[in-house]
Amino acid sequence: MADSGSEEIAVIGNTDLTPSESENNLKNTMVEKGTSLLKKMEISVAEAEKRTGKNAVNMQETYTVYLIETRPVDAASEGTNPVPDSLWRRYSEFELLRNYLLVAYPFVVVPPLPEKRAEFVWHKLTADNMDPDFVERRRVGLENFLLRVASHPVLSTDKIFYSFLTEENGWKETVFETGFQAKADSRLKALNATFRVKNPDKRFAEMKHYGDELQSVISQLLRVRARAADRLYGVYKVHGNYGRVFSEWSAIEKEMGDGLQSAGHHMDAYAASVDDILEEEEHYADQLKEYLFYADAVRAVCRKHELTQFELEMAAQDLISKKQQREELATGTVRTFSLKGMTSKLFGQETPEQREAKLKMLETQIEEGEELVKERKTECDEYVKSAWVDIERFKEQKDHDLREALISYAIMQISMCKKGIQVWNNAKECFSKM
Amino acid sequence: MSDPVVDNAVPSGNSSVAIPTDISGQILDLDEDDDLEVFSKGTTLTEGSSFNASMQTSPASLINQYKFEEEEEGDADTKDIFVTVDNPESIVTAIETFVTYRVMTKTTRSEFDASEFEVRRRYQDFLWLKGRLEEAHPTLIVHPLPEKFVMKGMVERFNEDFIETRRKALHRFLNRIAEHPIFSSTDDFKIFLTAESGELTSHKKQGPGFLSRMGETVKAVAASVRGVRNRPEEFTDMQEYVEAFTQKIGSLDKVSQRIVREKKEHLEELKESGPIYTLWSQSEEELAEPLKRMAGCLDSCCKETEEQVKELNDHLIPVLHEYVLCTETLKAVLRRRDNIQADFEAKTEALAMKKADRDAMRVELDKMEDRMEWANNALKSDWTRWQKVMRTDLRSAFVDTAERNVNYYEKCLAVWESFLHSQRTEAEGNGKVDSS
Repeated sequence: MADSGSEEIAVIGNTDLTPSESENNLKNTMVEKGTSLLKKMEISVAEAEKRTGKNAVNMQETYTVYLIETRPVDAASEGTNPVPDSLWRRYSEFELLRNYLLVAYPFVVVPPLPEKRAEFVWHKLTADNMDPDFVERRRVGLENFLLRVASHPVLSTDKIFYSFLTEENGWKETVFETGFQAKADSRLKALNATFRVKNPDKRFAEMKHYGDELQSVISQLLRVRARAADRLYGVYKVHGNYGRVFSEWSAIEKEMGDGLQSAGHHMDAYAASVDDILEEEEHYADQLKEYLFYADAVRAVCRKHELTQFELEMAAQDLISKKQQREELATGTVRTFSLKGMTSKLFGQETPEQREAKLKMLETQIEEGEELVKERKTECDEYVKSAWVDIERFKEQKDHDLREALISYAIMQISMCKKGIQVWNNAKECFSKM
Repeated sequence: MSDPVVDNAVPSGNSSVAIPTDISGQILDLDEDDDLEVFSKGTTLTEGSSFNASMQTSPASLINQYKFEEEEEGDADTKDIFVTVDNPESIVTAIETFVTYRVMTKTTRSEFDASEFEVRRRYQDFLWLKGRLEEAHPTLIVHPLPEKFVMKGMVERFNEDFIETRRKALHRFLNRIAEHPIFSSTDDFKIFLTAESGELTSHKKQGPGFLSRMGETVKAVAASVRGVRNRPEEFTDMQEYVEAFTQKIGSLDKVSQRIVREKKEHLEELKESGPIYTLWSQSEEELAEPLKRMAGCLDSCCKETEEQVKELNDHLIPVLHEYVLCTETLKAVLRRRDNIQADFEAKTEALAMKKADRDAMRVELDKMEDRMEWANNALKSDWTRWQKVMRTDLRSAFVDTAERNVNYYEKCLAVWESFLHSQRTEAEGNGKVDSS
């Protein structure tokens, strides 16, 4: 694909892919199908560890690092299973990578990172970033992020990404050297464009609206789910009290004792089973969260379109006004109010030489303006094309993934029901022996 | 009182005997007369039925009558009286408003004039019956009545749910009385089931009633201050058991109520999630169908949960609550037994100290001793009976609860399995890659 094998590091705004090529890649976006990167290499985030060190302001801090392992695919299939290459990265480095990708590939719906802080928690989980459960779920999320990037037709070819996976030292400097931070669009600029753009592509406007709705609905779902999990936990755990009371009660009974005692054990088992159930549900919540954050990424792509469209409109507007000025100058008529016109009226007309000079300047400007408009139009059109390709890719991925998530939720509920049936049948048998 | 069965072992209705100062003994006499009357009608009762030996009032035979192992097997077959409480109605008069319940009796017992009866009774009437039974048989265990007022939750007396809960409890109460070998053959019970309102009112006016209860309470306090010297070990064991049982059943009641509360709160959250999935489906194309189904599944599970909670409230909670009330009864019974013994002990002491009137006192003492023995044996037998009934009641309550929980999970399982099925057939139909 676009990987020309050169030592070029900066690939900002690389849209080497032709529309037809990217169209082909649409079919290959599922992780299972794999990109050429994934065909070569297995990627995983194997472990997490706590470290302490001095930070930028020379203060002690504790942070977590994650072990990224890469393994050539061939070796694994040969069964030799050599030691994988590995390096340690912390969350902030993942963030840096993602920020780079956002700037370098604005037309791509860039996969999101797992959340920085635990949100939508229910009472059992702490919002503590050092909590082992949180760290574990983050490890999984980071691995998922890497796999998403590695399976993306465009992103997987990026050299910075490749070195993120393979070069521990000096990677940060390499990223900064690309100068991507300077190329990032300021928020203000983007916001301004959103308000003032006149003719954005309808599909992008709809997609942005969809992103808003998706974010809203998933947030609501996650909130309700967290509260429901809390309540379910309560229901199961209170049954543990049955266990305790039955056990105590069995001590004072003769014939009922055995039945009560064994029923009590089943109540304890029932109470304990909720922990696994809620852990699995947490996984479902994580799947929803990924798409909550994806919604943001989609909106970012749409906003970029608004920006390019706006810049095109601005350039076109500018050209029109310059042409108007030329016309006025050429024909001597003042159509619109302008300071120049006023001053010339006040201070006298210009000399023919002055007018000539002005006209020449305008001509140059108009030429440049037309070039600029052409450039921006191309930029805009190409952006629309490639962004829409990726949006279609994203839509298919989203439909597939979310359907799978719903299915896995149903499977989870089925498993929970089966466990419940088993426990209560056992309890029933014990009770009948009371 | 010419019943040949009665011997000198029991303080029977022989009016020439000095009336013991303990009123409960006096009441005992009265009821026994009535009972005697009933059974002197020359009826032949079925072998092994609970009414057979009831009028052989010697302690030994009393004990025997409680051994109804035979009865246990074919309980339903040998049951010869069926009582139901239903059809609550509000009655509004100038003075007050109250609820009456229809009490229907179907019986083959010959001491009843007919085989079917239908009367209307109010809560006060049930209360009266309970009081009478307790007075007549201070050491027998009467099944508890539902409480007068419900403090928690501020339930109105005329609220539908409250009336229904009360009706069910009253039904259970009467059935327990009907199943009890001694209680079900009392005159008071028969009158309760058969008398017209006017008749009942006048019957209520006879007999000790309120004053005697007051007297008993005073006596009970006095007795508890006096204390019992040589309580037989088995009654001390009973006391300990009752104390422990009170704690356990109280805990079970609280735990069960907590479970209901938590389930209700979980249900509230669950109810919110269905609509969110429906809302989401409106923004989607491919996903619209599975999302809508998801919402449907959650709504179905909500319905099942609601049903489950209702059944807990209707079945398990009332039974546990009744046994919480039972513990009060048990404590009272043990107290009364203690009082009878304390009275006897006091009298024995008095005898030792007095010089004159020894003979008369000795006769009285013998009567009291008999009475005490009788009370102890009655309690022992009824204790065994009560334990059996308690075991049956609580066992079936928990077995039913477990079964209902299994049903609940089975229904939810079916809901989710159909969801899975729909998604899998959908996937096969469409083929995954080509989007429609």
